[in-house]
Amino acid sequence: MLTLAGRRLAASIPSLLIILVGMFLLLQLAPGDTVDALMAQMGGGGDAQLTAELRAFYGLDLSVPARLLNYLWRLVQLDLGFSSIYGKPVATVILERLPATLCLMTASLSFAFFFGLLFGVIAARRVNGWQDTVISTLGLVFYATPSFWFGLMAIVLFSVHLQWLPAGGMESIGEGFTGIHRVLDIASHFVLPTLTLGLIFLAIYLRIMRASMLEVLTLDFVRTARAKGLDETRVITRHVLRNAMLPMVTLIGLQAGTMLGGSVVVESVFSLPGLGRLAYEAVVQRDLNTLLGIVFISALLVILVNFCVDLLYARLDPRIAKETGG
Amino acid sequence: MIRFLRDYARSPSAVVGLLLLLLVIGMAVSADWLFPNDPLSLAGRPLQWPGANPRFWLGTDNSGRDIAAQIFHGARVALLIGLVATSIAVVIGIVIGAVAGFYGGWVDDVLMRVTEAFQTLPNFLLLLVLVSVFGSEIATVVVAIGMVSWPAPARLTRAEFLSLRSREFVEACRTLGMRDAQIIFREILPNALPPVIVYASVVMAVAILLESALAFLRLSDPNVSSWGNLIGLGRDVLRVQWYVSAIPGVAILITVLAVSLVGQGLNDALNPRLRGR
Repeated sequence: MLTLAGRRLAASIPSLLIILVGMFLLLQLAPGDTVDALMAQMGGGGDAQLTAELRAFYGLDLSVPARLLNYLWRLVQLDLGFSSIYGKPVATVILERLPATLCLMTASLSFAFFFGLLFGVIAARRVNGWQDTVISTLGLVFYATPSFWFGLMAIVLFSVHLQWLPAGGMESIGEGFTGIHRVLDIASHFVLPTLTLGLIFLAIYLRIMRASMLEVLTLDFVRTARAKGLDETRVITRHVLRNAMLPMVTLIGLQAGTMLGGSVVVESVFSLPGLGRLAYEAVVQRDLNTLLGIVFISALLVILVNFCVDLLYARLDPRIAKETGG
Repeated sequence: MIRFLRDYARSPSAVVGLLLLLLVIGMAVSADWLFPNDPLSLAGRPLQWPGANPRFWLGTDNSGRDIAAQIFHGARVALLIGLVATSIAVVIGIVIGAVAGFYGGWVDDVLMRVTEAFQTLPNFLLLLVLVSVFGSEIATVVVAIGMVSWPAPARLTRAEFLSLRSREFVEACRTLGMRDAQIIFREILPNALPPVIVYASVVMAVAILLESALAFLRLSDPNVSSWGNLIGLGRDVLRVQWYVSAIPGVAILITVLAVSLVGQGLNDALNPRLRGR
């Protein structure tokens, strides 16, 4: 079971290397470097000698290939460089922002997976009935809804008019909540962002789940199960679901990147201090070191999610483990 | 052809999608005629609610610009961005997928590693990097969206080529002494194209969403009447004048819905076996 997932993990190393080299070369084309950003922050001034010394300090006076090797060597040591905007190492900045994004992604994924599964099963069992029509139509509409717009409208409805939920931020500042109250307070701040980010994935999952259920329901082993006299609920939960879930699990891995990308927009709408918001700030403030660090961490996250999906997949489908002799 | 149209018309959602798409195209075409002035120029008092002034039936935004004019001109921008970005993505995807699938071996390995690299990196993040390096002029944005959207069409084309390359008609072409480029583009490609073209509707829907998200974050071209720009502008007055953001959002929703419904309708009409799913 480990072998297949492990082999796929090893196969992702060349991709990671391509990303890093590609990004590094791409950012060479960007106007201005770290030293320019630093000098601008220190109030401009064209002290040529200081600029040259700083360049030498950051290793920016070397040739591009030498700098690339330097950069990769530092990455191996998990040194992501220094953010001149935040005045801290990039790794520190990213670690501070990572929890919010991981929370948001886990919550959205669980929300989308659970309700996608539920609605997909309902739609497939009542195929072409009114439940199916309603669910499929909603799925199409959710798929076409821009997430940031849905987020804004949710703020108008739930935060401004109904005043049920907070409009943004990670927790209420100045209330001094502790313990369980603090957890509940943070959770209430995550409700709208979770719905907003999860919506499009809910739409995708329910569509895939419905199609996959319909496919599995026609297979012979389902007829056998029914012939054994099992009632319909048992047939669905014990026999069909496990098989029909496989495409959905695959999809999680394929869309980990899309979800991270979506969090940029959602975190900006709800001003959540996460990785996506950091990426946006890095672009606006031209903090290229941080941007490069985020790209690296995001790629690692996507690879990690895919590794977990492979492990999960092998558990759900024992045939895969057998085939590879695990 | 007639049969294809009949197959297509059998699905109500596909017909609805086509009607919506025609509506959006109609808006794009009539924009210059209905709203001859620059949609980004000052038109009247700012923040008039829809219906409050008969001159501005969708109201005005916080800069006093006509929202209806921006919606109509925005339809043109959205469709143009969608079409151009999708063409770029599909052309890159077809070339890479075709070469990888046709030659196999190490060529395939290398190209697929690059494709995987693009799929590992979050789309929107790469888009942010491209825009921050090359600027956010509308042409740059469109090319950047095309550059991040090609992996899926490439994989699809490759899969088609893998199944087609050992067919008899390809062997026949080889025996005739045709050049590889001729075999790839003249002989195999036409057979591999239909699923890729259908998938292009998904690429287009995503391209429109990507641009609007970028514009919402104010990282796209501010001198273009894009729906995303208007939503971003309306965010400043969201608490009271929420209609400024609400209206262009509905326009995006309708356009993306129309494009994906038409794509699905085409898919079902081309693969009759899958109908009823």
